[in-house]
Amino acid sequence: MGKLFEDFSLGLFFWQAILFIALILLLKKFAWKPILDSVNEREEGIKNALDSAEKAKLEMQNLQADNQKLLKEARAERESMLKEARDIKNKMIEDAKGEAQDQANKMISQAQAAIESEKKAAMAELKNHVAGLSLEIAEKVVRTELSNKNKQLELVETMLGEKSLNEA
Amino acid sequence: MRRKISLKPITLFLLLITFVSYGKDEGEQGEHKTDKKTEVKEYIQHHLKDSYDFGLYSYTNDSGELKHVGFPLPVILWDNGLKIFSSSKFHHGEEVAEVGGSYYKVHHSKIYKVDGPNGEIIEDENHHALNEKPLDFSITKNVSLIILVFAMMFFMFSKMAKSYKKNNGVPTGMGRLLEPIVLYVRDEIARPNIGEKHYKRYMSYLLTVFFFVWIVNLFGLTPIGMNVTNNIAVTLCLALITYLITTFSGNKNYWKHIFWMPGVPWPMKIILAPIELLGTFIKPFALMIRLYANITAGHVVLMSIIGMIFLFQNWLGSGLSFLLAFVLAILELLVAALQAYIFTVLSALYFGMAVEEHDHEEGH
Repeated sequence: MGKLFEDFSLGLFFWQAILFIALILLLKKFAWKPILDSVNEREEGIKNALDSAEKAKLEMQNLQADNQKLLKEARAERESMLKEARDIKNKMIEDAKGEAQDQANKMISQAQAAIESEKKAAMAELKNHVAGLSLEIAEKVVRTELSNKNKQLELVETMLGEKSLNEA
Repeated sequence: MRRKISLKPITLFLLLITFVSYGKDEGEQGEHKTDKKTEVKEYIQHHLKDSYDFGLYSYTNDSGELKHVGFPLPVILWDNGLKIFSSSKFHHGEEVAEVGGSYYKVHHSKIYKVDGPNGEIIEDENHHALNEKPLDFSITKNVSLIILVFAMMFFMFSKMAKSYKKNNGVPTGMGRLLEPIVLYVRDEIARPNIGEKHYKRYMSYLLTVFFFVWIVNLFGLTPIGMNVTNNIAVTLCLALITYLITTFSGNKNYWKHIFWMPGVPWPMKIILAPIELLGTFIKPFALMIRLYANITAGHVVLMSIIGMIFLFQNWLGSGLSFLLAFVLAILELLVAALQAYIFTVLSALYFGMAVEEHDHEEGH
């Protein structure tokens, strides 16, 4: 230990301290800072490049997934549109059918009504006509009968006889 | 041709060559093994010490003169005023230097004031010099290496930073080699130990200390033979900075855990407080000693084994010593990096303790 103190050289210590501290400061300014900064920058650059590559890959995947999704959606939409169209078509046909039926029914019923009324009118006319004819005939008959007294009586007799028969 | 080979073996080769030249001096000079032993020992001790001139190697010429190859460094003293002169005035510690009317002499790698041109160092019984010591701020061999590493690191890393700017955040050249190490410090040392939230503040210190200690340790293994980190002053400085950063970035929780440990009965709290407080000093102290001791021990062992090559003076012993030295030198390369790593990891760990947020403690 004593030898160590004896060997200690203040001058050397002095120069070492001054030179070494100066070396630290000089190198810090002119070497370490620029070197470490550039290395950092480079490492950062590499990291960023890798990150962005990773991101691009992810984006690509997302994009692909999106595309897939869009395609699926489009397909589904088409499907639904087709289905809708088919439904509409069916409905329209159905509706048209119904309406036609209704219309037909209506027309039929109208026709029937018309027929009925026509028939009724025809019947009435026929009745009138028959009645007229009957009256004419009756008039003619009566006229002829009235010209012949016997026959009139005979007729009355027959009629009375029929009447009684009817009543029986 | 040589350039193609990796640098490490060349370094080792050069390292050994250096000592071969020393060994030869001894072989010619001393015949006795004990002489050589003391010489190796002295050389190792000398190597572990700082010096005032930048000596590359020394040799003895034909006429028996010891010659030193290297260059002098400036000596800066504060002794009643600033005194700056070349270390060549000491003539490798052999002569007294006269500057502005004062006389200085180098003794055990330290400058002492002496009385006159022929002044002597007065020692007490423990071989401690009693002479006055001026305040010494000299650019010694170690300081010069610190300056060199300072310049090298600044050049290297500012160039690396520029290459990032030029190439849009992609490093070129040196940066490509250094980036993994910088990122290692960030991702394996700072982030797990300090936490994602705070680690950025400490990056400058951790990176600087890691590279500084590592490069300085590696320089210690070169044949120039400078070992900055086996000076306690250097490791103290580094550990002190770690301590100061830890202390000043300590949050409420950190201090609470030191002075009033939560979750223990109150008598224990009183006992724990001084222990914990002492712990805050011991941690950086251990950092200081660990780095110092590891590098010093490594150098001593490596150099002793290299010294053995010249002591054995036979093919078998020297060969084995050479092999051992070779393996050890490789191990020292590992230790150089390992100690830098350990220092940085532990510093990061202490910073992490200081800024840790004990959310889970609230539940106790």
